[in-house]
Order: sequence, then C-alpha cells, then structure tokens
Amino acid sequence: MNEIRDSRQVVARRWAGMVAAGSMVGALGIGIVAPAASAQAPGVTSTSITLGATVPLTGPAAPGYDEIAPAMDAVFAWANAHGGIYGRKINYVYLDDGYNPANTATLTRKLVLQDNVFADVGSLGTPTQAAVQGFLNSQKVPQLFVESGCNCWSDPKYPESFGWQPPYTVEGKILGSYIASHFAGQKVGYLYQDDEFGQDFVKGLNMELPAGAVVSQQTYDAATLSGPLSNQVAALKAAGAQIVAMATIPAATALTMLPAASIGYFPQYVMSNVGDDAPTVGPLLEAFTRAGHGSASEVKAAAGLLNGVISDAYFPPEAQIANPWVKVATKLLKDYAPSLYAKAGLDENTEYGVALAFTVVQALQAAGKNLTRAGLISAIEQSGKNFVTPGFVPLSYSTGDHYGFQGAEVVKLTTSAAPAVTPTGNWIGAIPITRVQVTNVGSAPVTTYTGKIELPPSSLVSTS
Amino acid sequence: MTETAPANVARAELGSTSGESPPPQHYWARFARQPLARHLAVALFGAVVLYFVTSALSPYNNVLVGEIALYVVALAGLSVLTGTSGQISLGQGAFMAVGAYTVALLMNHTQMSFILELLAAIGAAAALGLLIGISATRLKGPYLAGVTLLLALALPPIADKWSSTFGGDQGLTTTVPSAPGNINPEQWLAWIELAGALITLVLLANLLTSRFGRSFRAVRDDEVAASLAGVHVARTKVTAFVVSAACAGLAGAFLGLSTGVVSTGEFPLTLSIELLAAMVLAGAGSLIGMWWGAILLVYVPQWSTSLSGDFNLGAGMSAYLATIIFGVVLIVVMIAAPTGIQGGLRWAWEHVGKASKDWLAARVAGPGRARAHSAQLPSNRGDHQSAPVHDSLNQ
Repeated sequence: MNEIRDSRQVVARRWAGMVAAGSMVGALGIGIVAPAASAQAPGVTSTSITLGATVPLTGPAAPGYDEIAPAMDAVFAWANAHGGIYGRKINYVYLDDGYNPANTATLTRKLVLQDNVFADVGSLGTPTQAAVQGFLNSQKVPQLFVESGCNCWSDPKYPESFGWQPPYTVEGKILGSYIASHFAGQKVGYLYQDDEFGQDFVKGLNMELPAGAVVSQQTYDAATLSGPLSNQVAALKAAGAQIVAMATIPAATALTMLPAASIGYFPQYVMSNVGDDAPTVGPLLEAFTRAGHGSASEVKAAAGLLNGVISDAYFPPEAQIANPWVKVATKLLKDYAPSLYAKAGLDENTEYGVALAFTVVQALQAAGKNLTRAGLISAIEQSGKNFVTPGFVPLSYSTGDHYGFQGAEVVKLTTSAAPAVTPTGNWIGAIPITRVQVTNVGSAPVTTYTGKIELPPSSLVSTS
Repeated sequence: MTETAPANVARAELGSTSGESPPPQHYWARFARQPLARHLAVALFGAVVLYFVTSALSPYNNVLVGEIALYVVALAGLSVLTGTSGQISLGQGAFMAVGAYTVALLMNHTQMSFILELLAAIGAAAALGLLIGISATRLKGPYLAGVTLLLALALPPIADKWSSTFGGDQGLTTTVPSAPGNINPEQWLAWIELAGALITLVLLANLLTSRFGRSFRAVRDDEVAASLAGVHVARTKVTAFVVSAACAGLAGAFLGLSTGVVSTGEFPLTLSIELLAAMVLAGAGSLIGMWWGAILLVYVPQWSTSLSGDFNLGAGMSAYLATIIFGVVLIVVMIAAPTGIQGGLRWAWEHVGKASKDWLAARVAGPGRARAHSAQLPSNRGDHQSAPVHDSLNQ
C-alpha cells in the first residue's frame, strides 16, 4: 500500500515515517530499558510529567492572580531547558475556572479523568479548591501547594492535600504579637473581610493581643464591596483606634485609606500581606482618587498613603532588587516568560508563582526517578523541610503537618527605600523591621527564627 | 406546536373537553391519546438511549452528561415560566442556590433518605418561588426581571454572612449515595441526574397538556381575554413561578451533588443570565428543546478550551472565547430561527415532512390524486385532537 502513493504526498509521508520511526524507537526503548514502564503513574511517561491546575484567568479574582500560573510555567520552562526532572519535561496545563467552584469541579474532573494529570499543582482559591478536595483525595491525586491561606489544607482526612503560603492565622499571630510588643497600651481597631480569610486572621490577632486592647471590630462583605468603607472608618475613628489591623483585599485597602484620609484620620495600619501589594494598591489609590475628581496633587498624595503601613512578608519583597532571590526570579521571568515580564514585571504575584514552582520542581526531584503519586506525597513529607525556596523559613511539612510556611518577617512600606522595579512605576519599598518570626496555627508562641535563611543554589544563579 | 399557536387557538382549547372526541377504535390509538402514557413512552425511549450512551462514554464525559441533565431541569422550568406563561426571571440561579443549600444542610445535619432530601430542596425553592410569584403578579416585563435580578444578587451574601451555618468560603460538602455494584461514581451520578431530568420533563409535559398549561398560554397571550374566559390570572402566574422555582431547586441540588460542595461562588449572577440566554437560544416554551440549550451551556466552554489550544491563542483571548462563541451562536440563531433551535428544527421537520409526503403521494398516486390529497392536509393539521403524538414530540 505504502509504495503506491501520489507524488504530492511524498513530503507528508516522509514526515509520517520519521514520526513512526521515532515512536518505534521510543517503544523499543521502553520495552528494553524499562520493562516495568507499563506500571507508570498517570500523567507520567519516560519523557514527560503532566501537571494540572485551575486558576482564575477571567472574572473578578483574575487581575493579579492570573499572573501566577504563567510565572510558574516560566520556572518549568527553565527546568525543561536544563534537562527536565530525570529526563522528563514538565507539561503544565492550567485552566480558567473564573473563581467559580462549580467550574473548578468540572475542570478538575477533566484534568484527572480525561487529561490524566499526575498531580493538581498550584490551583488557586479557598472555595474553589475546597470544592475538589474530596474528589482529588478519593482519586488519590496529590493536591499540592494550594494557593490559599485556609487552615483546611492540613487535614488528616485529606492526606493528598498540601498548603504552601502561611495560614492567615499565622499571619494574624505574627502581626498581633508585633502590635502587643511595639504599641503596648494603644487602642486597636479591626477591619476585616467577613469570611474565612478575615475571621482566621482575627483569630490569630486575638491570640496575641490583650483582651482590652481591641476597641472596635468592623467588617465588610467582599461580594458587595463597591464603594468607600466610610461607615466602618468613621466607627473606628469614633472608637479612638490608634492602630487599625486589617485583613483586606487590595481594593478594600484602598477603599479604607481614602475615606480615612478625607476625614483626617491617620491611624497606624497593620495589615495582612493579602492587601499590601504596593504595585496593586498604589494604582488603585490613584485611580479611585481620580474617579472622585481629585486634583493632580491629591492623586499624588493618595499613593503616598501606603508610606508607613506595617505588614508581613514570607519571601523577599520584590522591591529589594539586590536580594539574590529577587535577582534570580527577575532574570528567570525575563528569559522564560518575556511577555508576562513585559506586562507585570516582578510583582508579588509573579514572585509568588516563581517561589511556588521552585517548590514543585524540588518535590518532583525528591520523589526520584520512579515517579508515583504515593512516592511524591511521602517525598514531600520526608524532605519538604530541606527544599530550598525563597521563603524565609523552611517549609513545615511532615507526616502530620501539611501547612507550608509558618513564619514571616514584619515589614514597613516606605517610599524611600528602593528604586522602581515595576513597569507601572508605582513602586514602594518594604523594609524589614523585625527578624523573621516563626509560630504555628495552634498555641505555639511567636518566636524569632534562628535557623538558616536559604540563598539560591549556585546552579540556579549561574544557569538561569 | 400549541405553544406557538395564536391566542384564539389557546382560548379555544380551554373550552374543549376530552369527552367530545369520538371513541377510539384501536387499543394503541387509545393509548397514544393519553398524554401521560405518551410522555412516559417518549421518556422510556430516552432512558434506554441514554443508558447505552452513558455506558459507552468515558467517566469524564459522564460528568458532562450529568451536568447537561441538571441544566435541562433548570432550563425546562424557565421555559415553562417564560415561554409558556410569559413571565421573565433573572433569578433562576438564586432558586438553584436555595435547592443546593437545602440538600447540603440536610445532608450535614440529618439522616434523611436521599429522595426526601431532593424533595425538600424542591419544596424549599418552590416556597420561595411562591413568595416571589405573588409579587410577580403585580409586576411585568422589566420590573419583574428587576426583582428577580435583585434576588440573584442578594441571596449569596446571606450565606457568607452566617458562615457558621452555611459553611462560608469552604462551603458545605455533599455526598452522592454510593453506587450499587461496580458502576463508576461518575456514571451513577449521571444516571441520578438524567432520571431527575426525565421525570421533570414528563411532569412538565403533562402539566402543559393539562388545564394549567392551557391557562398559562391563555394568560401569556392576553390576560384580559383569559380572565374573561374564566382563568384566574394571578393564581395562574403564581403557579407558573412555583413550578419554575421547584425545577430550579432540583437543578441546584444536582449542581451541589456534581460539585461535591455547595458554596456561594457557584451561583453568580452570570449563571442566571446564561440560563435565560440558553433557554431563549434553545426555544422558549419548548421542553425537549432544552437539551440543546444545556448541551451548549456545558460543551461550548469545552470546545473553546480545545480550540484556543489548537490555535494557540493567548490567555486573554482564550479566556473569553466561550462567551464570544455563545454570543455569536445566540445572534445567528435569533436571526435564522427566531423561535430558537427547537423552533427551527420543528420548522424544518414540518417542511421536509410535508414536501416528502407530497413527493411520495405524487409518486404513488399520480398527479391528479396527489393534489387532492395534499389539499386535505391543512384541515388535518389544524385539528389538534387528531395529532397528539406529533404534538408531544415537539414539546
């Protein structure tokens, strides 16, 4: 049959022949070298590992968060360009769930049942990932490094799930402890998002602050957030709060600071790092002021409101451009995700993606040449503590602990620290004002971390 | 057929009773005249087909079939409300949320049987539908849409507010009763949802061929004329709203089961709007046609994902491709077939059927007799009592 062909098909046939020959060699290679290859885990071949994720690329949660998965992909591209993991190239499939748990449920089933991914890695959101935690665990698919500070990822009922970023309770404890020791005797007011993010953060604050210190507790609803939080701000001012501790998303941070400034209320803000990202909040402050017909000088002053805000950081803030990790992450994004870098630069989200992907690469490496899902879980539990990441403290993983980072340093945002690093030009530096603090979600006290803070391995610095 | 019939036909139907028709001569003819029997036969045929389809499909495709079934339930309710009784609702997603939370709360706090939990979900949504329906009798068109829109916006934050009861961000987990034998769980859930969809369609089809259905259509076409003919207009409108909400309750319960967790993020405003658009696209007033709407709702995002992969579109483009495709399809269908996909198919079916009948008649009987035969056709088609099977298939 093959001999009788139209001459026009010669080229096509040659290609087909090459592909066929290639797959023959592949088949022989598997047959001879690795007789046990038929027992390979789903999503793993001799040349590839397929990982999946669901993230918001559209909808209200997308701005900023849509940069994380592409940033992770840049690290995987770097790893693939340097030989992959034991010769296997990482293929990262991330799908848009629009932050809707019903979409997450369907897409995660697609990833697992149809695309046969080896693991779900770096998926974003508490409600979205809570919706598939049961499914992934029942299918024995690792649910790794969920991008959420919920306490729910370390649960003996769900052995396949791992958190990564510090739980909000840990953040609350570290910042609460800072307030208690540095602003003793001052009146504290709370302003938080009325859901698990805010409630968990407040739980941590309450564990560290004396009962009488809190004079007012204000909340807002994320779903209906549409204008300045004037009532909440007025109540905080009326209660005489000198410190305002906040668990807010970036928009709510801006919608708190602006009405406060307009009534001449300038408390010391202490906030979760969820709402402190200067490249995100700065432009929001300016935009909201402009939308309220503020003059040019008022717009300029609005961005300056972030000056002096106290927050926390668990990896080096992107504004510290001399930090070796920041240098590595910047170069990596420039080389392997140039369009993303042109758009977003190195901000909190892209740096987060890079740091998380470093963790993924090392977890796969630790799982060894004979990659299985059970092997990956046990490798993270056994050697997760030794992974080298930009995080200030080691990951806390063990058989009984799937949380991740449980330490951070307290930082102060300032306009006088560093040169611009973001393309928008809205920059602000963050200066550490404590040593790295470490604790856990439970009753462990907040103490100063005395262990080693890792620097990027020399291989990464030279080859990236 | 009857849905698109002019007002005078709908009113004429109100006066007709089954007693007036001549006695049937054959057992099968009598069987086919019973709406319930007819609808059950169609549903049974559908069930057999779907059994083989689901058995042949992969687990993931069974997940999608289950979703199609749950959207059919929600769309069928909306189709009765808008297409048959002439009211518009942007709150179908909110009623779905009520059904979903009812099932999830019962699963987490009681040991009720699964069927009772589903019935409770239907009941809770229907109860809210009754409240909204009563206000609906005083509102029309955009004002009613506004009230239902408010419902879709205002309900989810309630669940956020009392997060200890409603589970907050993490939501409330749901569990599907374990599958008998070694049926895989995806197929089992698809069967549960398909069974729910078929039962819903049979009940709604029966409702529409009953006095209620005729009242719905009479009120939709002309409220004054309907009330002169003895139809209680307000009660009829409320009934339609309750029926539609009950369907949404069941669909919501199924969505909660499919997702595995019930949380507020599953019921955004866009869900209600997509349902309305899909219902219009499929053919308002039709029931069988809702399968087209549900298939589009489930598969367009799937196709757009693989399309953007094939053509290597950027993330910004591919993210909105599903919405773009859906919009384009909606525009094309509305221009080509204003009565929706099902209306277009019905039109094609009737024209092809008539043309082939004429052609056959011409072949068999020769030109003279064929003309005589086709001249008789219109009077046959005008008589509703004589074409019951045809009627049920088109609903």
